[in-house]
Amino acid sequence: MDLTNEDVADILALLDSLPYDELDLQTTRFRLTLRRTPDGWTQSTQVPVAPGVTETGGDGEEASRTGGEGGQAGGAGGQGLVAVRAPLPGTFYRAPRPGAAPFVEVGTRVRADTVVAIVETMKLMNSVHAGADGTVAEICLGNAELAEHGATLMRIRADP
Amino acid sequence: MLIANRGEIAVRVIRTCRHLGIETVLTVSDADAGSVPAALADRAIRIGPASAAESYLNVEAVVGAAVEAGADAIHPGYGFLAENPRLAQACEAAGIVFIGPGAEVLEAAGDKLAARGHAIAAGLPVLPGGMVADAGEAHALAGRIGYPVLVKAAGGGGGRGLRVVREPGQLADAVAMAGAEAEAAFGDPRVYLERYASAARHVEVQLLGDGRNVIHLGDRDCSVQRRYQKVIEEAPAPLLGETLRVSMRAAAVAFGQHLKYTGLGTVEFLVDPAREAFWFLEVNARIQVEHPVTEMVTGVDLVAEQIGVAEGRGLRLAQVGVGFAGHAIECRINAEDPAADFRPSPGIVTEAVFPAGPGIRVDTHVQAGSAVPAQYDSLLAKLIVTGADRTSALARLRGALARCRIEGVATNLPLLAALAGDAGLAAGGVDTGYLARWLEGAGRG
Repeated sequence: MDLTNEDVADILALLDSLPYDELDLQTTRFRLTLRRTPDGWTQSTQVPVAPGVTETGGDGEEASRTGGEGGQAGGAGGQGLVAVRAPLPGTFYRAPRPGAAPFVEVGTRVRADTVVAIVETMKLMNSVHAGADGTVAEICLGNAELAEHGATLMRIRADP
Repeated sequence: MLIANRGEIAVRVIRTCRHLGIETVLTVSDADAGSVPAALADRAIRIGPASAAESYLNVEAVVGAAVEAGADAIHPGYGFLAENPRLAQACEAAGIVFIGPGAEVLEAAGDKLAARGHAIAAGLPVLPGGMVADAGEAHALAGRIGYPVLVKAAGGGGGRGLRVVREPGQLADAVAMAGAEAEAAFGDPRVYLERYASAARHVEVQLLGDGRNVIHLGDRDCSVQRRYQKVIEEAPAPLLGETLRVSMRAAAVAFGQHLKYTGLGTVEFLVDPAREAFWFLEVNARIQVEHPVTEMVTGVDLVAEQIGVAEGRGLRLAQVGVGFAGHAIECRINAEDPAADFRPSPGIVTEAVFPAGPGIRVDTHVQAGSAVPAQYDSLLAKLIVTGADRTSALARLRGALARCRIEGVATNLPLLAALAGDAGLAAGGVDTGYLARWLEGAGRG
């Protein structure tokens, strides 16, 4: 992609008249691979990039620490606790907008379809529902923290 | 030039700068330090953590980077701060050229409610609607307009913060969520309502102005949308009556002249071709994602013209000098899984193979090894094809899509390939409900 579309077209025009099915062009700035397929040419490019700093939110550590297994948290006192999980990896928000009151607090009564949080992924706001009738027992992540896919956001003490 | 953006548009702007011999400095967040655009720019400056609010949306950090780099100008790309008057003002204060309209025009255009007012003043038709401060006002106004209504973010754009509400019971929730999305993406939670026009097409006109003269570079049809996110765009808009086309282009130019428009802008319209009617939707005071289709049919490098106007050289193009040839279609390749309700798919791209050949252009920022962070939008690449006519462009699109292979993250390529082969799309002139109906029919809605 360091080359323009026109550059690639020019190279292809040259290649079309030659018997080669592949061109691997390497310079100090980029590598361009062109391949002939039955349907036409393909291109893939590679430019050397700096070592990336990718935010992985602890590489799933958060999810494994708070995620538990299954919807019901086991153990003493865990009876009837239902985990509310992040439907997608993203940013966990407790309120509909900055400055607004949180959807729920510990102790709030909820129904299965109550919106208890938002997870923002790739600029899309995803409503998170309680998933069970009951009371909010625990809020496991801080507002605006990154939630891994499936991370436990809250626990609901389900009505018997 | 400092490029205050990321992704494919950063690569796109760098390409024209290189062609023009302009040195480039790119702002990067921590998540983008190892990105392809960071490697392609002459220099990259870290402006903050991955969260857009603390990096790409941080006016002080962006202008600070420009000052540090000694940049003469800032190109804002699209999204993020592209239409934020505060950036334009901060640039002016720092003696840096902002590549875009002035702060006053951005205020007028970026505030969708103000833009509505200007459209009315310029004589353009608009849909019934208005601003709502709370759920009570929303209910009252929606009652007058009639359901379904569209909840829109005044500070929004690019399709974010839009919701259709079909019954009063859903209105309060929709107003709150639209406000939240807009607040997060644009820092402005105001929302307004408009009558929801079903079975209409989305057609837009590309404008270029220098503050004195405004010309158009033709129209684009962007009706193939899912939840107000454009998926496939083409130029020119197919099956549009000549009278309607001419009226829309004239209306867009009138709007631009009313605003004394400088730079690139797009006037979006909803169109009912059967009734030969159109309504003003909004104006986008920036380069559009779908600008390549206009470039392919006009042969004009829009980024170069944008820079030319920003340099104060005046329009180099006259309306009569803008010619149109052939047909161009663009597909947006996104990191999302159509088989799982379009769930976003951040991750690491392990393989990125694109088609190449005559009439094929690929604008992308990913290669094997690229990270696709969860913090930003899901656009991986744009595949643009051209043909002498629409039929040949579509045929080329089908072949080109078949040669795309992206691994490591889920993509919408299977959906694009299916659409490229759909008879409804081939017939042309589909409305904005087309894709939703198609998905329902395919059992994927």
